[in-house]
Amino acid sequence: MVVNQGSGHWVITITLLAAVMLSILPMPLWAQWGRPAIVAMVLIYWVIALPEHIGIGVAWTVGLLQDIVVGTPLGQNALALSVVAYLALILYQRLRMFTPVQQAVVVFVLIGLNQLLCHWIQTLTGTVSPNLLFLLPALISALLWPVLSVFLRLLRRNYYVN
Amino acid sequence: MYAGQRFEWFQQVNAKLSIVATPFYWVADIPSKISGWGESNIRSRETIIKDNERLSAETILLKAQVQKLASLEAENVRLRELLNSSAILDDSVLVAEIIGVSPDPLHHQIIVNKGEKDGLYVGQPVIDALGLMGQIIDVGAYQSRVLLITDPSHALPVQVNRNGLRSVAEGVGLYHQVILQHVAATTDIKIGDLLVSSGLGQRFPVGYPVATVTEVIIDPGQSFATVKASPSALLNRSRHVLLVFSHRREEIEDGRQSG
Repeated sequence: MVVNQGSGHWVITITLLAAVMLSILPMPLWAQWGRPAIVAMVLIYWVIALPEHIGIGVAWTVGLLQDIVVGTPLGQNALALSVVAYLALILYQRLRMFTPVQQAVVVFVLIGLNQLLCHWIQTLTGTVSPNLLFLLPALISALLWPVLSVFLRLLRRNYYVN
Repeated sequence: MYAGQRFEWFQQVNAKLSIVATPFYWVADIPSKISGWGESNIRSRETIIKDNERLSAETILLKAQVQKLASLEAENVRLRELLNSSAILDDSVLVAEIIGVSPDPLHHQIIVNKGEKDGLYVGQPVIDALGLMGQIIDVGAYQSRVLLITDPSHALPVQVNRNGLRSVAEGVGLYHQVILQHVAATTDIKIGDLLVSSGLGQRFPVGYPVATVTEVIIDPGQSFATVKASPSALLNRSRHVLLVFSHRREEIEDGRQSG
């Protein structure tokens, strides 16, 4: 039997790189606090879709790349995304059965955790948020999740990523 | 993360890694490049004529102001010689373009398109046409990170232009505000006072406008007055910034090397 090597992984790479790029796109001042955690969302999608290929290693690498690009302490996003990927790996069988709304609720929790971890690390390095607005991206991400997952599923079907 | 905080070699590695980030910022900057191109290439004849008129009027005005500057500068040098104090040297500047801003609203940082190749160094002051913006904190090969004066972790020594009163202006994380810490309640400071850099921190050159005082609250119950000021530089609107190469710094370093 031939071992499944998977195909079309360049699509995953490109979507992840595009997500990192979107995470530094300038936003208007009023929308700054609500920037969706797009990298974490794309990562969660690919973990749910292809748990045998995309896991904590990829999460760590992407997180490190995001740290370099954004300029956060090296390892901050890497750690947070690894935790998110780990939880998504545990949950993927259930998540696949969920309706988009139920999935969005889980995404809300995962991204919230991501934000919380990032904020903890930032607090250690001296930047303290004055309020809980840093959790707003979790809500925005959950609202955007159905759109993003449909879009990525289309990509996956079109390019036979498996 | 721990290593990044503690070891200098790690920070250097980090600075080298920023070359990976360059293409990302280049791509993320494309939309504003396009709008900038559109603004300069797709314009009606009337706007160009109007702009031209406005600019030539501005040039005449500035030229008239500069006329006096030469003689004033010479006079200043003579007076300083009389006082036996060192002359204020001219600073040379380099124009850089902002190619990115920090996505985190808690970090007031911007990324400019000049780096090690152009001779930038950590701690270099950054200004725009109206005032002091911040300082370089990370130098990569092709891009550098600037910490703005409104970042909560930034403070710079200033003095009131009117009477030379010294203080320290700290950022609070708002683009339109810096505050002066520990100003005695009896201090002579008024709304509208211009704060200029005092050069005491040995980092920023003397005399660049930093902020204008907008609010002075003197509470008899408190030992210090609360002084708020709004930065002179257009921190969230500028597209081009000037990097200042301070000659005095080189002199200090030369002195250290020889001494």
